[in-house]
Amino acid sequence: MTLEIIGISVLWIFLFGYVIVASIDFGAGFFNAYSTFRGKEHILTRIIQRYLSPVWEVTNVFLVFFFVGIVGFFPKAAFYYGTTLLVPVSIAIILLAVRGAYYAFTTYGKLRHKRYVYLYGLTGLFIPASLSIVLTISEGGFIRMEEWGPVLDYGMLFFSPLTWSIVLLSLTAVLYISAVFLTWYAHKAKDEAATNLMRLYALITAVPMILTAAGIIVEMRSHNIEHYERLIHLWWMFALSFLLFMGTFYLLWKKKSYGTALGLLIGQFSLAFFAYGISHYPYLLYPYLTLYDSFTNTAMATALIIAFIAGLGLLIPSLYLLLHLFLFNKEYVEGKRNDYV
Amino acid sequence: MMVNEEAVFYSRVLTELTLSFHIIYATIGVGIPLMIMIAQWIGIKKNDYHYILLARRWARGYVITVAVGVVTGTAIGLQLSLLWPNFMELAGHIIALPLFMETFAFFFEAIFLGIYLYTWDRFENQKKHFMLLIPVAIGASFSAVFITIVNSFMNAPQGFDIKDGQLVNINPILAMFNPAVPTKVSHVLTSAFMTCAFVLASIAAYRLLRGSRHVYHKKALFLTMKIGLIFSIATAVIGDFSGKFLAEYQPEKLAAAEWHLETEGKAPLILYGILDNDEVKYAIKIPFALSILAHSSPTAEVIGLDQFPKDETPPLYIHYLFDAMVTIGMITVLVALIYWIGTVKKWSFILSKWFNWLILLLGPLSILAIEAGWWLDEVGRQPWILRGIMKTSHAATTSGQVDLMLLLFTGLYIVLGIGSIVVLIRMFRKNTIEQELADQGLEKAGEHL
Repeated sequence: MTLEIIGISVLWIFLFGYVIVASIDFGAGFFNAYSTFRGKEHILTRIIQRYLSPVWEVTNVFLVFFFVGIVGFFPKAAFYYGTTLLVPVSIAIILLAVRGAYYAFTTYGKLRHKRYVYLYGLTGLFIPASLSIVLTISEGGFIRMEEWGPVLDYGMLFFSPLTWSIVLLSLTAVLYISAVFLTWYAHKAKDEAATNLMRLYALITAVPMILTAAGIIVEMRSHNIEHYERLIHLWWMFALSFLLFMGTFYLLWKKKSYGTALGLLIGQFSLAFFAYGISHYPYLLYPYLTLYDSFTNTAMATALIIAFIAGLGLLIPSLYLLLHLFLFNKEYVEGKRNDYV
Repeated sequence: MMVNEEAVFYSRVLTELTLSFHIIYATIGVGIPLMIMIAQWIGIKKNDYHYILLARRWARGYVITVAVGVVTGTAIGLQLSLLWPNFMELAGHIIALPLFMETFAFFFEAIFLGIYLYTWDRFENQKKHFMLLIPVAIGASFSAVFITIVNSFMNAPQGFDIKDGQLVNINPILAMFNPAVPTKVSHVLTSAFMTCAFVLASIAAYRLLRGSRHVYHKKALFLTMKIGLIFSIATAVIGDFSGKFLAEYQPEKLAAAEWHLETEGKAPLILYGILDNDEVKYAIKIPFALSILAHSSPTAEVIGLDQFPKDETPPLYIHYLFDAMVTIGMITVLVALIYWIGTVKKWSFILSKWFNWLILLLGPLSILAIEAGWWLDEVGRQPWILRGIMKTSHAATTSGQVDLMLLLFTGLYIVLGIGSIVVLIRMFRKNTIEQELADQGLEKAGEHL
């Protein structure tokens, strides 16, 4: 295994971590807002806040980790994406700031107003939309080279069906992942009303999610044939991913073992996410940038990997403790304890 | 290379804005965990509920600032690549290691902060809960250490060679431990601890001025002023070492900050004054002081601005930033020292209204000093983004939309700034310490001490 592959694997694993934990977070915010809008906040709000409150900062760090890692392992990619993504990423930062502000002012600061709940809920949809644009751009065709550097063609990006399909996939996936997780969490909390509602949301979002996912593969053929062929080459990973999806759907439908359903969902998304990532190889940005020509020097790569292993040694036990105290603590999950400062 | 002058200008303004805003929350984020730790530890040791409550109430306010700090920290983290892509490509090759480690430190801090906040009454043994704070404080301090290492590298780059325009012989460890690190890192840490102690002292002084006579505030004031005194002295001493570092490695920054125009020995230190056609007027000149600051010898020669080409020296207004920083530093040491001696000797004016007003000013003044210090550091490095290697104007993005982003972020920071102040005031205005103790039926707790 080359250093380039180790580097991108590490980052891709962390990005996957972000996709899962952030989806839960974004979707939960949206469901919270939606149920408030429908006058059903009594069903969901408590359960959602109980899960989200202690972990949201950790969610954010996954993202920071990913982009700092890109700068470290693939500095040239930082240059290309940095130059072209000023506007979409700035918008994402502002939206992330709205979420942070919600935690600061509403959750911790007790500044309560429905307006904030709606604003917070909507950012849960806009952030995945704005971040998923990066994946669209990476497919090539939206960046042209001028003499002073790469430039993003906004018009082309806006009118491309691929853009909107990926946005749609990010939205449906966020809601679906979140709904399945919250079904399981509410079930653990012995909150039947919330379990039933989340299960319903999960079943409703499952179908559009899988349809858009399939649709994107088809669209890729006309947008980027090279990538399309590599995707098809990995058909077995997508097939396996689809089977796991059917498993989750079946279990939810039958109201059985929500924990397993969540496990299958994570399996489903990891397979699809990695199949996508592998098929993207060797390009970081079609057709300008590959892993190899944007990679850092050997000394830095080695240092980063050593730091990464040492860091994991510190993080994994800490994350275990966090989950142990909040996700797997019966009294906390059931809402019998609060213990907030 | 083509330079988009407008993009350079707006990139600078946006970065200045983001950093100036972020540094307030970052400083609080680095320093407060230590204060909470000290208070909680004293509370457990002395079995004094007031100190426990002190820790608890500080922690409650602290979360608000951390949450905003996370947001602004993410913003600056991304803006580095968005606004300075050429610099980040170069920096990625040489100094990415501490940047990467910083995310681990913050990760560590975020995890334990979440746990600490939500397990306040969960453990029978209070010490167990206290232990959770240690990784928070360590994570917070190390975040500062790693980020300051990156900034040090920008001032004193090393650990690589440039051959025919190519980077060679890259050594990330050597780059990390560059000569600016010892003074810069320790100055950032001690000044953060000092600032946080004085901010908390200001709050206690405010409550006393508003008429509360509760012993809780007196305990808070005495504790924070003592911590503030220690760290303000430490900051001043390290500031002196920083002068020696600059004289050796960045003489143009020192010369500009001190308005030291001609290279000479027995150099005086210039405070305040104005510059009129390269002539310093109305300034206080402390004989030999600059030679002592730079080289620990009253006769030592100090390199002046005459040794550098005009287009490679920073703007001379940084002298006033230096003045502001040093003046505030002196005031804080002095007030804290008088307070401490006065408390021991039982001088009555320590308790007077005007002295409380003076203490109240220390918090805001310390934050101003932090701002002045960072501006001095950043503007004092100009025109370089990476001293001697890359100019700021060559590092910026070529994008045409930076001005629009500047407007967006200005709006964001206004909302966040006002929001955090409003929320913090709301949080504590009604829920005074008297109220909180009454709610818990514990009015007498801790009074026996």
